[in-house]
Amino acid sequence: MRILAIETSSEHASIALICNDEITERTLEGHANHSEKLLPSVRELLADSAIGLHQLDGIAFGAGPGAFTGLRLACAAAQGLAMGAGLGVVGVCSLEALSLQGEGDAVLVATDARMGEIYTAAYEMLDGAPALCGAIACIPPQEFELPPHRRGWFGVGSAFLVHRETLAERGGTGLQIGLPYARVRASDIGRLAAVRVAHGAAIQPEHAAPLYVRNKVALTTEERRERGGRA
Amino acid sequence: MGKRVLGIETSCDETGVAVYDTEAGLLAHTVHSQIDLHAAYGGVVPELASRDHIRLLPALVRQTVRAADCRLDQIDAIGYTAGPGLAGALLVGAGFAESLGMSLDVPVLPIHHLEGHLLSPLLSADPPKFPFVALLVSGGHTQLMSVSGVGEYVLLGETLDDAAGEAFDKTAKLMGLGYPGGPQLAALASEGKPGRFKLPRPMLRSGDLDFSFSGLKTAVLNVVNGVGWKADDAADLAADFQEAAVDVLVAKSLAALEASGLSQLVVAGGVGANRRLRAQLDRAAKRKGWRVFYPEPELCTDNGAMIAFAAALRFERGPGGSPGGAVSVRPRWPLADLRPPVEPAGTA
Ligand SMILES: Nc1ncnc2c1ncn2[C@@H]1O[C@H](COP(=O)(O)OP(=O)(O)OP(=O)(O)O)[C@@H](O)[C@H]1O
Repeated sequence: MRILAIETSSEHASIALICNDEITERTLEGHANHSEKLLPSVRELLADSAIGLHQLDGIAFGAGPGAFTGLRLACAAAQGLAMGAGLGVVGVCSLEALSLQGEGDAVLVATDARMGEIYTAAYEMLDGAPALCGAIACIPPQEFELPPHRRGWFGVGSAFLVHRETLAERGGTGLQIGLPYARVRASDIGRLAAVRVAHGAAIQPEHAAPLYVRNKVALTTEERRERGGRA
Repeated sequence: MGKRVLGIETSCDETGVAVYDTEAGLLAHTVHSQIDLHAAYGGVVPELASRDHIRLLPALVRQTVRAADCRLDQIDAIGYTAGPGLAGALLVGAGFAESLGMSLDVPVLPIHHLEGHLLSPLLSADPPKFPFVALLVSGGHTQLMSVSGVGEYVLLGETLDDAAGEAFDKTAKLMGLGYPGGPQLAALASEGKPGRFKLPRPMLRSGDLDFSFSGLKTAVLNVVNGVGWKADDAADLAADFQEAAVDVLVAKSLAALEASGLSQLVVAGGVGANRRLRAQLDRAAKRKGWRVFYPEPELCTDNGAMIAFAAALRFERGPGGSPGGAVSVRPRWPLADLRPPVEPAGTA
């Protein structure tokens, strides 16, 4: 099983090549502008591993939630590379990838969504595979709640850095703040994607899409008027 | 067989894809407009534009290549709009095009959106020949250029404030017309009679080839806010606004032809669809024995065909960029910065 994975949902971008049990991961140096480095890095990684795009079984990308422009960069790159090489694509939730870094069998992932909100999702590990409990949400940290059916959640993600106190208070004794500095890794995106490709779950590139979660991004003229602003 | 070039346009609120063959001409082109998506917001919302581009672009590429009766592996080069435009929207097209080029192993050419517009009349059945003067009038630009070949553009004059299309849109908005305003204002104007309202012709006698439209918009605002304004007068006011804008565009275009000694004018950009502008330009040019060229109506707004075509002209004349490089876009990019394609060494 050979998978190329692309992850640019935050300022810490990476790419990875999964060849059966062998995983090579490279971080993209430099800040904001992953767009400059992404494709040359992919080319280099493939060349160093002596693998052509056509020899891959699929292309994976970190679908989000995360920085919108970064999500689209990863998605567009996966779509373009896959379409030209006749491959399938798998979009993997960035929160799910982060859950692989957690400990124990219950991992609560929460990342900073800016604008005073967090992206959050809870995963229970079944034979090492994360299973989502409930839905992925974009909420103010003040509204955060642990899934009620169990305790012993291990917290992962940048929201535990930015909103540490609020989340600790909301989680109480059911939550241990474990890895606030964890970053999404392309290798984890690729690992999760490999399982899906093996199950035939890769899709045509034109059906791949970012997972924004935050869907309200602007007010309509009507809404602005209702709020007493200018049309 | 000619070379086949795939063109991708995502600079603003239209997703455009086309396949152009250097011998057979335009094989297929598809445009998806986001007008309905943005209408409720009263203008283009950049984030929503980017989302819609990535939602549709890959499927449009697949569909357009099929409509051109060819396969992706028969594409010889890819051109995409690298600027100017909305950064996030441009990045979708650039990211996809560069990646597709890398996997197909074909050259990828970043194309200037306005070069696409200004060369698009060359796609019509009776095209102009270099050199010519180009009047670029769109929502974001109002420029007069002297065009002597692909990539040989000299700026003769431009707007110092609002673009002509922007003035149409803003004026329509302050008159309470819907979005997008330009075409609605023009439609209203055709029901009115010009001459009742004394509106300025900004910079008509400035002695140069520059424009200014913000004062015209303000003059309309003063009329609408003034005493005695009746909604019944809207059509006449629209007609006067259109007349004033058209007068200035026509006068400066003629002055540009006169000054450069050229006899062909190419009009490109959305405002070029304005009937009154076309009628007045045609009439004035005829008197002088000059000719005015417009793109085919379906190529007046943003589209992939003009990008495929501009890329094809450059690809035929010089090497394309190697694929898989930086995905970089230029939201701001002066047209006059462009250079002609470089002939490959040894083919002088
Ligand atoms: N019949 C018309 N009369 C006047 N203006 C018009 C007419 N039809 C379209 N327009 C104007 O043309 C503009 C749209 O043109 P176009 O799509 O070429 O430009 P854009 O994409 O907004 O800007 P740019 O290409 O400079 O980035 C709008 O401002 C619109 O109001």
